[in-house]
Amino acid sequence: MSLANAVKLDLRTKIAVKNLSFFYGDSIALKSVNMPVYTNKVTALIGPSGCGKSTLLRVMNRMYDLYPRQRAEGEVLLDGENILDAKQDLNLLRARVGMVFQKPTPFPMSIYENIAFGIRLYEKLPKIELDGRVETALKGAALWEEVRDKLNASGLSLSGGQQQRLCIARTVAIQPEVILFDEPASALDPISTAKVEELIDELKANYTIVIVTHNMQQAARVSEYTAFMYLGELVEFGGTSHMFTSPDQQQTQNYITGRFG
Amino acid sequence: MPEHIVRSYDKELEDLGRKIAEMGGIAEKMLSDAMDALANLDTDLAHTTIAADMRLDLLQRDIEEQAILTIARRQPMAMDLREIIAAIRISGDLERVGDLAKNIAKRAIKLSTEPRFPRALIGLKSMHEAAAMLLKDALDAYALRDAERARMVWSNDVELDALEDSVFRDLLTFMMEDPRNISFCAHLLFCSKNIERIGDHSTNIAETVVYLVTGEPLPTDRPKGSSQRSRLAAPPAAI
Repeated sequence: MSLANAVKLDLRTKIAVKNLSFFYGDSIALKSVNMPVYTNKVTALIGPSGCGKSTLLRVMNRMYDLYPRQRAEGEVLLDGENILDAKQDLNLLRARVGMVFQKPTPFPMSIYENIAFGIRLYEKLPKIELDGRVETALKGAALWEEVRDKLNASGLSLSGGQQQRLCIARTVAIQPEVILFDEPASALDPISTAKVEELIDELKANYTIVIVTHNMQQAARVSEYTAFMYLGELVEFGGTSHMFTSPDQQQTQNYITGRFG
Repeated sequence: MPEHIVRSYDKELEDLGRKIAEMGGIAEKMLSDAMDALANLDTDLAHTTIAADMRLDLLQRDIEEQAILTIARRQPMAMDLREIIAAIRISGDLERVGDLAKNIAKRAIKLSTEPRFPRALIGLKSMHEAAAMLLKDALDAYALRDAERARMVWSNDVELDALEDSVFRDLLTFMMEDPRNISFCAHLLFCSKNIERIGDHSTNIAETVVYLVTGEPLPTDRPKGSSQRSRLAAPPAAI
């Protein structure tokens, strides 16, 4: 998209990925990727397995730092600041850029504690305020009505779909600016999937969202911008409706129509 | 374009294309038969033409149903999505072409008792030739996925509109010459309108082909000859 167009649509860039390359040991997983992530929009990353979409997501909050022999080159600018900088405070970064994973990962503690735990890591709040934050987070994740009477029950007692929304609530509770979703619905049934998608739709009013998904229809449904990646390269980035009706690149066309090869 | 990973998907799309081709063939034949029936006052041929419309209607329903099923089952994207939308639209246009040709055939039956053979039929013949050419080019453009040829159809429709204009003037003259001409001239007026409409459906098909191939719609304002309004506002003076 041209700069002029972006200005016309009142798009602000939350994250700018610039010449980003990524290595797992000696093998290269991302090859000089350039793309924007716009504020308060949902951006979907699609592509076949091994194309680098999850890697790109994991760079955006430096999740890869947990692993040895993985390194990134280039720049990822969050509000203009390079988060790849060695001086970057990782705890602060992950508070600003939250992540929801493929499989629900509730902690083995109560529903209340699952959410309060994260908040306490960053802030000291009086009990009453903490209660309020937990409630807001659960409401934000569209889970409040289902769990309000059993906040002390174990998080593990919830269904898969509820657990995933609990994880989203946990992410929302620390009031991040960006939420990264890594295949958030791939382990869920269709109804839970629909609830998570509805949630993403609501969340974008307050957050900037990046979602990795294998499900192209899901990308078409929830996102406003889509990036198609293949073999570590960004093949095409553009408005979702354009990408799914008449993409510019033949490779994109082949992939989204199920003709790969 | 490479094949789909799911091969039955390819088969479904090919099937749609094949049925459109069959519809196109039937519509073309109906138009030329109807015009022959009219020129030769051949009621047998007119009846055959009317009967052929049934198959066309059936095919159109078939295409629509299959297209809906494919959308429901496969959630088509990009080129495939445009392919299916195009099939729905084009089958609708061809079905209408069939109806219009059928209407000409019906009028041919009504006119078969008419002894006077008006010169206006020559004008209708040229209209028929122009319309048949538009329809053929539009169908070829679809078969070959040729956006350039489709654009030509889109701009060539002007000529047909101009021909209709002159047929209109001719028939008007006949009617003013002798009131007994009015009845059959009115029928022929409808025939000329039908042919003009077939031209419009051909340009619709052409528009759809451009969308199918490029993903871009054509501009809404098509090139126009003398418009309906100017014709009515200023009737030919020299009659």
